[in-house]
Amino acid sequence: MHPFEYVRATSIDEAVATLAKHGERARPFAGGTDALVMARAGRWELDALVDVKHIPETNVLDLGSGEFRLGAAVPCYRVYEDAKVSAAFPGLVDSATIIGGIQIQSRAGLGGNLCNASPSGDGICSLIVHNTTCVIAGPNGTREVASEDFCTGPGQSVIGDGEFLVEMKMPTPQKGFGAAYQRFTPRNEMDIAVAGVASSVQLDGDTIMSARVALSAVGPTPILSSAGDSLAGKEATAENISVAAQIASGNASPISDMRGTAEQRTHLVGVLARRTLERAVERARENN
Amino acid sequence: MVEKVRVRATLNGEPVDFLVAPYVSLLDTLREELGLTGTKEGCNDGNCGACTVNLDGRIVDSCCVLGAEIDGSTVETIEGMAEPGRLHPLQQSFLEEAALQCGICTPGFLVSAKALLDKEPNPSEERIRFWLAGNLCRCTGYDKIVKAVQKVANSA
Repeated sequence: MHPFEYVRATSIDEAVATLAKHGERARPFAGGTDALVMARAGRWELDALVDVKHIPETNVLDLGSGEFRLGAAVPCYRVYEDAKVSAAFPGLVDSATIIGGIQIQSRAGLGGNLCNASPSGDGICSLIVHNTTCVIAGPNGTREVASEDFCTGPGQSVIGDGEFLVEMKMPTPQKGFGAAYQRFTPRNEMDIAVAGVASSVQLDGDTIMSARVALSAVGPTPILSSAGDSLAGKEATAENISVAAQIASGNASPISDMRGTAEQRTHLVGVLARRTLERAVERARENN
Repeated sequence: MVEKVRVRATLNGEPVDFLVAPYVSLLDTLREELGLTGTKEGCNDGNCGACTVNLDGRIVDSCCVLGAEIDGSTVETIEGMAEPGRLHPLQQSFLEEAALQCGICTPGFLVSAKALLDKEPNPSEERIRFWLAGNLCRCTGYDKIVKAVQKVANSA
């Protein structure tokens, strides 16, 4: 492993200055569950790792009436152990409780899961279906990127040299909103998704006003499917959900590898899309 | 040449003050710098839980933490578990239930299980199994470990 410096940044400006100074030879990190593994495996050759979890803005967990702010360094456990946040965001809890085991959830967060930009990241699709906006700090100030545009390839994201993810913002669920994430894995926990789907719906009575469906592990990046748009204005019936699930299945572009074949993954997306849409509708009805 | 950094922390209830290279994991810091070899290296990439320690009240894989990160923190390792001359009830139960064979995973299981029972004295079997999912054992088949934890939970 190339020896690197450890910089504990306590402000956004300090983190940006250190990252900008080293360019591609510096990386931000929070939980370290991906970053330290990458550095040790020699996948990254670094001069500095910049610890961003001591910056106040990256630790925000603020549930407002209109907007929820989730700091990029907030570990998974803070999402599911916060009574108000977990009640308002069962879809995010679906993800936060299956990213690694308890040890990983003590340190790893949904922000780092997003930045790691794995196509199979269990948190990314949940962020996408909650209409999340990512706040990125850099040498030219801050900019905002929609979560569905954040990942650009396997392990690749819009984060450039000198930049890091500060926080994520999403609308606080209102009456009639529901979301869910499910994945298929051979064992119940501590596994990587063969395929995963997150869905969200906004209901008005029995009518779906809007919906989002996002797919994981079936393309080079998490995919925002057109299945959600196809449901807008339709009744939340089993038949309409089943048609949308077929659209989701058609949006998948998986590869065959050690975890599963392309054919199996395409099939799984259809099943998981139907189940998560049904679960999202159920939660939306409970939330009325 | 990257310079060592100074770290001050509380380790198993005692203050420690040491120098460590900034790129060294907490696991290697404990074993190589501080001489606490009870914490074991398994996979060294956050999958197996053999290196589990308690950091500021939460269990973590010490291979995925830098030694430099613990400045100002409180760390508990397997060495802090037994009272002088008296095993922790979980350690005693692991012995009585034969919940170990080669022993490499054992310190991690004990630190994890202690964190669970400190938080929830009477967890269900399912809760125990999910809580310990981040600890892998290739000898016991897990049943004996789960039974050993249940025995302590039920006697609490």
